Amino acid sequence: MDLRDTPEEAAFRADLRAWIEEHLPDELRGHRGGALRFDGPEMRAWSRALYDAGYAGLTWPKEYGGGGASYTHQAIFLEEMARAEAPPHIGVIGLGMAGPTIIAHGTEEQKARYLAPILSSEEIWCQGFSEPGAGSDLAGVRTSARLEDGHLVVDGQKLWSSFAHLADWCILLTRSDPESTRHAGLTYLIVDMHAPGVEVRPLRQITGESEFNEIFFTGVHVPVENLLGEVGGGWQVAMTTLLHERGTLGFALQAALEVQVRKLIALARDRGADQLQRDRIAREWIEMQALRFTNYRALSQLVKTGLPGPEGSISKLVWSEANQRVTKLALELLGPDAALAEDNAPYAGYWQYQQLRSRGNTIEAGTSEVLRNIVAERVLGLPKSR
Amino acid sequence: MDFTFTPEQDALREQAREFLAASPEPAWSELAELGWTGVSVAESAGGAGLTFVEEAILFEELGRVLYHGPYFSTVACALPALPDDLRTEVAAGDASWTLALGPLVPDLDTAGRVAVVGGDGIYELEGAEREILTTTDETRPLGVVRGGEPGRRLADSTVLAEIETRMLAALAIEACGVARHALELAIEHAATREQFGKKIGVYQAVSHPLADSYTKLELGRSLALWASWCVAEDDRQSSIAAAAAKTYAGAGAVAVCETAIQVLGGIGFTWEHVLQRLYKRALWIESFGASGTRLRAEVAAALLEGGQVSSVAHEVVQQTRPDPTLAPLEGG
Repeated sequence: MDLRDTPEEAAFRADLRAWIEEHLPDELRGHRGGALRFDGPEMRAWSRALYDAGYAGLTWPKEYGGGGASYTHQAIFLEEMARAEAPPHIGVIGLGMAGPTIIAHGTEEQKARYLAPILSSEEIWCQGFSEPGAGSDLAGVRTSARLEDGHLVVDGQKLWSSFAHLADWCILLTRSDPESTRHAGLTYLIVDMHAPGVEVRPLRQITGESEFNEIFFTGVHVPVENLLGEVGGGWQVAMTTLLHERGTLGFALQAALEVQVRKLIALARDRGADQLQRDRIAREWIEMQALRFTNYRALSQLVKTGLPGPEGSISKLVWSEANQRVTKLALELLGPDAALAEDNAPYAGYWQYQQLRSRGNTIEAGTSEVLRNIVAERVLGLPKSR
Repeated sequence: MDFTFTPEQDALREQAREFLAASPEPAWSELAELGWTGVSVAESAGGAGLTFVEEAILFEELGRVLYHGPYFSTVACALPALPDDLRTEVAAGDASWTLALGPLVPDLDTAGRVAVVGGDGIYELEGAEREILTTTDETRPLGVVRGGEPGRRLADSTVLAEIETRMLAALAIEACGVARHALELAIEHAATREQFGKKIGVYQAVSHPLADSYTKLELGRSLALWASWCVAEDDRQSSIAAAAAKTYAGAGAVAVCETAIQVLGGIGFTWEHVLQRLYKRALWIESFGASGTRLRAEVAAALLEGGQVSSVAHEVVQQTRPDPTLAPLEGG
């Protein structure tokens, strides 16, 4: 047990910190208005700069253009990015989900075609999993893919898809066997978002912005070489994607929470806090540290054994509820100013935005109800509820 | 960064688990034979020359079985105040100690010798009268000392800060041992007990509070292990880490026990079931040393008025991994 960086990790951190200081443009630093930045020339240039410096795809194998680095380096990367309030590489879905799934299940042709542009941010990816009738219960997917004259024809609707409005490609979970139910008969496809019959409609959220989208597929032709895995083998491939989503997610979330708590402390220093509020600030800092060290434990286990420890499964659950409390507490510290919006509000409406956005945290990427089921059944070994 | 136990540390835990399962009420001499009383005593003084991390493993396992004896008062409280020759006696099992930091003295019923704080020093208290006070946790009475004379001067009172940190870290990790035991009992019950034709663990009204108990336990344990490592390394964050760990893990253990009592239903409310004793130990831990409110006030002061923790945040090399929340602040 040694909670310090090794000399090698410390050097990586110091280099990275200096690199971010030098290269992160001021207009991308922090999220002053609150809303995430999705696109724009600065975001593309920043992503490209991360790639050129070798920070894109840190944990991808070297043979596919990645850094071949350990998860520890990935964690340091996320910590330092958060510390500097730097926006992520625009290809987060490609880097974290599509890419690792292609590496695990793709053909050599697919790897050669798709991986490099993910790293360089030349191509953006989105994920087409959730549907109106298949949210927490993903095995209820109904978007259909029928084999017809050497290609698949896709019809259906997906939703809650981040980046779909920018995306060039989609990792799409479909039902290829109309007679099938549940986990059988699903097929995983790589779909060109520019193909005829693909329509993206932004979903306006509680915050007023459109971060997610609906995607409609109407008779979209997908060549058979865009199958990822076997026809009917989509469930296993999808599980790889979700494993990767949850695998490194904890660190990104933890880093985001650290920024949030740091800002909460700054807010309290700025505007004052009474004794009860100070107690709650201390509680939030303590729980944030608890999450941080829980992630470290899971990370160390992962590095040592190749398998994440069971502690890791609580990361997202804890983060989402913590973020909701922290942002709510910030509004309380703002007092009557909490009702003001955007530019009329202190800090350009940062906290108002963050608090509203946080309500999605316990829903997206696994609802808290599903996550508690997972902890109860897979970690505690309680009997299955369904 | 490596936040796992070494194979030797895993072996120590296994040894402790096995030994305490067979003899849950060990004598002080037995603990000494196992080498537990001299874990962090230097080898030159007859100890094992190990660290507080190994001691933390033992506190956790001792908490699990609701150990009744002077291990906490000797190892967590008194040891840093003892000169080498007295540490040698502790390591050999010839002496056990307690330290009167406040009016209520822990382990006074079992500890052999008593140290007190007086002026700028810590002294052995000789010839004092001891009154043992029953507590709700029957396995951990408190006591009051009356009269007596200060004897040998043991240490300068500057060591008190270190003692308080060790004490809080020890209580935090002990709380995790208590909570783990309670949670295991609740899981076992929920997985086997049937009502309305189903195992009750199927019902989310039962399983979700248990998932939350697991979450509280693991979060508290992460803090307690962080604090333990900080104590072992004399890290500059050790005092805030110990304060955070004690308040979180202490309250967490109480909450886990309460959930367990609820899940076990009527049986969990009975005197004969071990749960009530685990619960009372958790309550004892929560109340002893410093209340959660006081500890969180200390944490808040460190965060909001700066002080010791903020100054270390920037150092990258050879300190605890940098903590972005403690970096200099620049508005909202």
